[in-house]
Amino acid sequence: MALKGNLKDFSTTQLLNLVNLARKTGKLDVNQDGSSAYLYFKEGRLVHATNSSDGGHLMTMLVKMGKLSREQAGVANKKSASSSDKVVGKYLMDSKLVTREDIVQGVKDYMLEIVYDLFTWELGDFFFEQNSLPSGNRITMPLNLDNVILEGNRRVQESGRLQDELPDLGKIALKITDKPLRGVKLTQDDWRVISHIHPRNSVKQIAQNNKMDEFQVRKIVYGMLQAGLVEIIHPEGLEPKKQRRPVTRAGRRAASQTPAEKRSVVTKLIDRIKRI
Amino acid sequence: MQTVKMVVTGPFSAGKTEFIQSVSEIDVVKTERKISSDAERVKNETTVAMDFGRITVDDDLVLYLFGTPGQRRFDFMWEILSEGMLGFIVLVDSVRPETFREAKHILEIFKSYATTPYVIAANKQDLPDAWSPEDIKIALKVGKGTKVLSCVARDKETVKTVLLELLYSILEKMQAEEDM
Ligand SMILES: Nc1nc2c(ncn2[C@@H]2O[C@H](COP(=O)(O)OP(=O)(O)OP(=O)(O)O)[C@@H](O)[C@H]2O)c(=O)[nH]1
Ligand SMILES: [Mg+2]
Repeated sequence: MALKGNLKDFSTTQLLNLVNLARKTGKLDVNQDGSSAYLYFKEGRLVHATNSSDGGHLMTMLVKMGKLSREQAGVANKKSASSSDKVVGKYLMDSKLVTREDIVQGVKDYMLEIVYDLFTWELGDFFFEQNSLPSGNRITMPLNLDNVILEGNRRVQESGRLQDELPDLGKIALKITDKPLRGVKLTQDDWRVISHIHPRNSVKQIAQNNKMDEFQVRKIVYGMLQAGLVEIIHPEGLEPKKQRRPVTRAGRRAASQTPAEKRSVVTKLIDRIKRI
Repeated sequence: MQTVKMVVTGPFSAGKTEFIQSVSEIDVVKTERKISSDAERVKNETTVAMDFGRITVDDDLVLYLFGTPGQRRFDFMWEILSEGMLGFIVLVDSVRPETFREAKHILEIFKSYATTPYVIAANKQDLPDAWSPEDIKIALKVGKGTKVLSCVARDKETVKTVLLELLYSILEKMQAEEDM
């Protein structure tokens, strides 16, 4: 079973959402023009991220995030002489080059930088390798994907995709899902939208109530949708079309049957198909 | 003589014709190719642009399977095809995620025509690059209660399972409505 495709058809947001909801474990490999990003997940959380040029070593991450100078890293590299980042990290702390917080923050920021960058990729072949985890030598840090998806989407400026996902704002309303909002970092604008959610309010009305333009509200709604915080419903008063009176002979006949007759038709079909 | 129908829909090349062919007792009447090759011929030709299969139950009951044309330019036919249907099946090409959005769109349109039950069939599961039904379920953002079934249109047994699952859903819905 594979999970393969291109970001132009299935975006970073959609992929992370899938990993999050299905609580997947494995490695997501995205490649475009020879440069690759690798994200590792454990039970739906991001635990490690790197790219083809960096390699995911602790020292590289800390240098990139400005927690360690190149010179310090060069010296430390020779002295600690270990391929295990846990050993390297201990050495760096023991020699007072960095604190534990520096390491935690540095690794986290580095991972987020890789993953947020991925949100801006419009193209890229991806492949998910089930159950593949980073080598035991690398440092991992579990990050909740809800917040990553929300923040990543705030950085997506491309409106074409938003337009595609949410075509007619006047014809859709929102419903808050039962996913707990606690622990999710919402912005003030997110809350403004949430406070106007009602089955009778179309997204267009929500935007008007908040004096937001369509692009703004699209971005917010799209992000919350992808994080599974809200779902789209038909606004009340705009129910799907009622089935018209059947005009075909078969249709009229079916409409005049009693419930028991209808059920017997279905049971007969079931028996027949089993015998094919 | 009573006829009932079910509609098999889904994006271009998802396997609708193959699906119907697997269980139909007549050769599927394929009308689409003719029309695509001769797009100039209009109206009365296009009204038959669909696949058509048959399963006879007994002297009094026949099931017709209608396959919708996959190309968007025939979507004016969908509503006519869906009229009076017992239920519908949305076939998804599991190896082409670029068609998932279209599949979702088709699903939403058919749902707006009728409140009849439906199932989603994740087709081409025999191919190594196929996305799993579970992943497709999330990708299409369908509710927990929606059945997304594994399918290989060439394999009669999986096609039967899909049809049966749809019929079970239909039966359940009838039961629920009677109990109300
Ligand atoms: N491997 C594999 N190939 C399949 C399967 N189902 C269909 N195909 C192939 O996929 C292609 C498209 O199948 P069709 O049945 O023509 O698809 P369709 O949905 O009727 O296509 P349109 O009518 O053109 O929209 C054909 O080459 C089929 O042989 C399947 O389950 N497995
Ligand atoms: Mg066909």
